[in-house]
Amino acid sequence: MIPASSAPTKNPASSNIAISVRNLRVNYGEREILHGISFDVSRGETLVILGGSGSGKSTLLRALAGLEQPSGGEIWIQGRNFVAMSERERDELRTKMAMSFQSGALFGSMTVGENVALPLRENTALDPSTIEIMVRLKLDQVGLAGFESYVPAQLSGGMKKRAAIARALAMDPEILFFDEPSAGLDPIIAAGIDELILKLKNAFQITILVVTHELASAFSIADRMILIDKGNIVANGTPEELRASHHPRVRQFLDRVPEPEISDEIDYLQMLTGETPPARH
Amino acid sequence: MAFTRAIGESTIDGLAYLGNLAGLTAGSARAVFIEPFRGRKLRLSRAVHQAMAIGVEAIPIVSLISFFVGTILALQGAYQLRKLGAMQLVADAVAIIVTRELGPLMTAIIVIGRSGSAFAAEIGTMKVNEELDALETMALDPVHFLVAPKFLAMALMMPCLTTWADFMGVCGGGAFGVFFAGFTWGSYFRATLHALMLRDIVTGLIKSVLFGFVITAVGCQEGLSTKLGPEEVGRATTSAVVKSIFLVIAVDLVFTALFYFTAPQ
Repeated sequence: MIPASSAPTKNPASSNIAISVRNLRVNYGEREILHGISFDVSRGETLVILGGSGSGKSTLLRALAGLEQPSGGEIWIQGRNFVAMSERERDELRTKMAMSFQSGALFGSMTVGENVALPLRENTALDPSTIEIMVRLKLDQVGLAGFESYVPAQLSGGMKKRAAIARALAMDPEILFFDEPSAGLDPIIAAGIDELILKLKNAFQITILVVTHELASAFSIADRMILIDKGNIVANGTPEELRASHHPRVRQFLDRVPEPEISDEIDYLQMLTGETPPARH
Repeated sequence: MAFTRAIGESTIDGLAYLGNLAGLTAGSARAVFIEPFRGRKLRLSRAVHQAMAIGVEAIPIVSLISFFVGTILALQGAYQLRKLGAMQLVADAVAIIVTRELGPLMTAIIVIGRSGSAFAAEIGTMKVNEELDALETMALDPVHFLVAPKFLAMALMMPCLTTWADFMGVCGGGAFGVFFAGFTWGSYFRATLHALMLRDIVTGLIKSVLFGFVITAVGCQEGLSTKLGPEEVGRATTSAVVKSIFLVIAVDLVFTALFYFTAPQ
């Protein structure tokens, strides 16, 4: 297993690296959420980012998707510096990336078909009949054939997730981010989503990053995993390496050992961020 | 000391808020007038959809309220004018006050209630549901995609609605004139046309466009700055209505004063 503290050794411009994160720091106001983390993701690899609630794992994914501006460090995507590029270059790169949100984030005022068609309509010059065929194809890929005219409110939780994945697939992305894909779903539906992610990975060689705290799901889809704790990477390795790890936080997370009880707000903030609390007055 | 600091801080917050409104307006203007020449689509169909919601669907309520306001103005005007034996001036009073002031203002208040609040609720809900983030990850700028069509629709619809409100207000005054002040419909409209100058109508319409910009900017800004949590959408909506009413009246004051001091003597 790669020691968590060492920086990745690969060159960020190397053609086999899809995403390279160097010393990434993200702040919410005064508070630092990510304390300078570094890792690489190879092309076609499925990386699962594990971590407890408030560990910074969702913030990491949002920074990679360009939804949070880092306060320091670099994000290299396909050999290009995502943080330093212009808005126009970033938009161009974004057409090769897609994200499936925890809530699905389908547009409630549009039908499922219009949701999937939106990125195609807005970012390509395809004619409406081609877009219609592609929408059908994408919905078929996620097992929602025939649901084009439904509005999101008519779908179940699992179907919403699938529709959101279909929309994420619309532009044939090379990199796909999943934020808690199985959160709030029953185990059978969640297993179905895992299977869909595996299918996408095998069929299209997409680079996939999944943020989750569901261990069963994580182990069934991951090529590699990183565990984030209090804004730092504490482990980075294959699922087998993580299982064999003796790192106390890894063991606590995998063996589901509860945290000692938190008695006040300052302790809670410290637990979330790993920062030493300011002196009390 | 704490008092002066509070004044300073709220002044800075207020200026920052006005800056945000100006930024949204400028971003939308860019999306409507400049970006289409750089190959980015102008979302005309979304603007048409908004124009229907802002303008066409508001016609019944705008008609009714403007008609009533016209009648109220005629009643209040007549209360004074009959003391002077000048009931024939009711038509002039109604025409000038409606076109210069109450037509644009009442229309703006109705549009705030119907559309300004709806903008805040729509965009706020989208923010809470991560839909704005989803737009960004699809390389779609929320200002370009959501806000600009609303500005375009509002800039077209506010003068149209105001013109209609002016007409209905005059009709409301006319109803009083015909039934209680000895006018016929023909003589009332002739008196109205005689009293009005083009300047009266144009200044009202200029104000209505500015009110439209204020309403759109505030509604969208409140939606975009909604914090997470479903109750926040309600707060954003209320805030959009209150701030829009205040800013519309402030803009009204500034421009009415401007028109007054620049009017030919």
